[in-house]
Amino acid sequence: MFKAAQKSKASIKTEPGQVDWYSTKPYPHRLNFYDRPPLFDVTIEEFETCAIDRLRVLAEIESSFVRNRPWDDLKTVTEAQSVKYLPLNANTARHADTESQRKRDHLGHFVLRLAFCRSEELRRRFVKAETTLFRVRYDSDDTSEKEEFLNSRDFDWITVDEEEKLLFSKELQAASAGKNDGFSREKYYKVKWTRVPDLIEKRKVFLKAGWAYVPGREQSSIIFQEFETNLTRALELTAKALPRLDEDSRLVPILSNLSQGFLVGVPSEWNGAPVAGEYVITAEMVDELARKNFPMCMRNLHGVLRRDRLLKHSGRLQYGLFLKVLGLSIEEAVAFWRKSFSKMTDDKFNKEYKYNIRHSYGLEGKRANYPARSCQQILLFDQPKASDCHGCPYRHFSHDNLQTALLSAYPDTLTAADLPEIMHTVKAGHPHVACTRVFEITHSQFGVKKGEGIGGGESVTHPNQYAARSRELEKAKKELEAGPSDESVAMEV
Amino acid sequence: MDPSSPEVMLTFYRRLYPFKSIYNWLNHEHAPTKLFTHREFAFTLPGDVYLRYNSFNSAEELKKQVCTLNPTRFEIGPVYSARPKDKKTVRPSAFSPRLRELVFDIDLTDYDSVRTCCSSASICRLCWTFISAAVRVLHEALTEQFGFKHLLWVYSGRRGIHLWIGDKEAMELDDEGRKAIVGWFEVIKGGKEMGNKVHVRLSATKNNPGVLPPSLQTALEPLATLFSSLILTDQNCFASKDGYEALLQLLPEGNVIKNLRKKWEADPDRHSADKWGDLKSEVKRFDKGSSTRVTLTAALEDIILQYTYPRLDAEVSKRRNHLLKAPFCVHPKTGRVCVPVDPTRVDEFDPEAVPDVGRLLRELDEAEKMEVDGEGWDDHNDWERTSLKPYVDMLDRHAMGLMEEVRRSKIEKIDTTW
Repeated sequence: MFKAAQKSKASIKTEPGQVDWYSTKPYPHRLNFYDRPPLFDVTIEEFETCAIDRLRVLAEIESSFVRNRPWDDLKTVTEAQSVKYLPLNANTARHADTESQRKRDHLGHFVLRLAFCRSEELRRRFVKAETTLFRVRYDSDDTSEKEEFLNSRDFDWITVDEEEKLLFSKELQAASAGKNDGFSREKYYKVKWTRVPDLIEKRKVFLKAGWAYVPGREQSSIIFQEFETNLTRALELTAKALPRLDEDSRLVPILSNLSQGFLVGVPSEWNGAPVAGEYVITAEMVDELARKNFPMCMRNLHGVLRRDRLLKHSGRLQYGLFLKVLGLSIEEAVAFWRKSFSKMTDDKFNKEYKYNIRHSYGLEGKRANYPARSCQQILLFDQPKASDCHGCPYRHFSHDNLQTALLSAYPDTLTAADLPEIMHTVKAGHPHVACTRVFEITHSQFGVKKGEGIGGGESVTHPNQYAARSRELEKAKKELEAGPSDESVAMEV
Repeated sequence: MDPSSPEVMLTFYRRLYPFKSIYNWLNHEHAPTKLFTHREFAFTLPGDVYLRYNSFNSAEELKKQVCTLNPTRFEIGPVYSARPKDKKTVRPSAFSPRLRELVFDIDLTDYDSVRTCCSSASICRLCWTFISAAVRVLHEALTEQFGFKHLLWVYSGRRGIHLWIGDKEAMELDDEGRKAIVGWFEVIKGGKEMGNKVHVRLSATKNNPGVLPPSLQTALEPLATLFSSLILTDQNCFASKDGYEALLQLLPEGNVIKNLRKKWEADPDRHSADKWGDLKSEVKRFDKGSSTRVTLTAALEDIILQYTYPRLDAEVSKRRNHLLKAPFCVHPKTGRVCVPVDPTRVDEFDPEAVPDVGRLLRELDEAEKMEVDGEGWDDHNDWERTSLKPYVDMLDRHAMGLMEEVRRSKIEKIDTTW
């Protein structure tokens, strides 16, 4: 976060005496259909950072979809994320270097095209996220700039003339349903119906002989669809051309890294590489960490493990991978599970469980380095069955049980008065929102305020992200107080 | 004659099944194109064996394989980017569905909650009216609104109907476009536990029910006529307690419900038409233009739609790679042949009069007896001597239309090169 702030400050250059050389500007508009590839030299570093910054925005969009965020929330979050990583100001912004912003935007888009054209699945997800980003920007664009942008392109629609408009006035008005006050002024555009599938699906247009009569206020549908179709086609072309690029040994690793980041989820600091330094944890530390830093799902699994001295397979997987990414080494992990399964003989443990633990660390079998499960995976896959206790408490607990569990998990920081708000989001089917709210409440002692989420308004998308942020906050406070707080001495068994 | 016996089926495929017509219909041209050679065929063999990803170079090759395997039925899938029979040897990314007729499937089982004459598998002339109404609404909308020209309606052999749209534009639709068109027609939504299944009004608010989209306003008028003849008279849907309770559930106004329930409980045998009349006069007691009146009138329109609007099996249409039973297959339970249906005369269509495989073979026998020393028919055209002929002719005419389209576009192409 710090870095990003510095970066954007550095890029702001005010050149007061500059004349507006409008027509020769490479990027006259804030919005871009990315018809032309970037034809300028870039450093390897620029190549990578532009792409990563854009990817952060796209990843947030994608996780918004997964979490079923309503459009307005998605827009707010995306805009916040864009300001941080991918600022893009309007022509009227006097203090921003719009040209270099747009250049970065342009470059980032095309680098990611290279990274995401490789498979059907990646292409589909990339197109969806990019189209959404375009929509968010389009929605927030000035009316006049939007108009200029639209005029700069031929969208190949037929303007419906007055005569035809009168002929179908009844149907056209019915399709616009109630918003008829402006009918005489409303402009209609005719396009083939396949260009506005979203309007067709919702029966929002009048349709005649394959032509959809799109009212001016739904015009954006045509534009978004056009964007999507163009991008899809372009990605397929890129995919065909890609084998020729594979010669370059500098770019390929960057590109495959980028696409992998998107595949496993949000690429952030807590993901992937084992955490080093002060974040390494030992088996003895888990109890305390669980109490202070774990999200509800992991607290619950830890609690069950302590109570039953056993954990079923899916629970072990969810919890074990979480601990691994948190920084528990393989030796410590084996020690932790051995100690936890205290009812079991060494023989049984070594035979039946040790292999699985080593497997999850990529030391057995196909030696895959499994990532920890993200919220998305916990919510959508491997759903807990009747006797299972893994999953997401905000989704898989009954409401009564969840309330009891919350109160007993956070006796000091969370009160019964906080429950109605949390339960409201749970009942509305937004477990991540509830989890984020709990994070805010239980970390208010570190100065976390409502709406801040796990930093910068981001909501929880990964248990490890929750825990990492929680530990970060705790550490920052400790450093501030310069000296060990009495809390860290206490140790539960 | 047992339609499911292998001998019967084999004779049917050998002598009656119109492979050439099917080929012309799928291929759009005389010389084999990708439309045929890259097309998936899937066979269902006795004992629930299912063979997917077959493809053929010609009608003869298809016929040969059908006669070898002697399937109980076979289905037609999309045109892929490679030959389906090579699926295992090409890269997975190079094998994807490309073209496919836009297909629709309507089945009477979806009407079980509104038909009283029969249920599940059985079918009679009365319930066919539901199908014919659906055909008329869909046919009108698809031609007038979407501008499609080449629609082939095919009886499914028991209690439903299929539609294959062969226009170039329809063939090229991606899954998103198909989903959109399904959305356009999907008016009845929600499962058994959902009372009111129609939520289509635009810009509805708390006090205003909103208006019907123009496409449904057009459909409403003929459906209202049908509602009184089919739902009120033929099916007498609101005669039973369950029937009229279901109706009351759809009304938004508590007092009206109370009044009507009281009246109908006192006179349980009251005919549906009278009950509908009661409901209408209850509505008329509110001032014209009052918001209650508007809400109730809207509810009546929604009810008409809920009882009569086409009910699609949406999943069939949404994706290119869905398989659908080929026309002229024999339905294993009824023995009836899945014949094309003329949409302009769909009302007269009698599912029970459709030739079944036993009758066709008998006709063939008799025809042969008549011409013991006849001039020797071409084996391939045996169907001409049976009651299958008018139906095959119908498919041929449809295929001619598609071929004509291709021919014309080729001429245009040549013109532009000059």
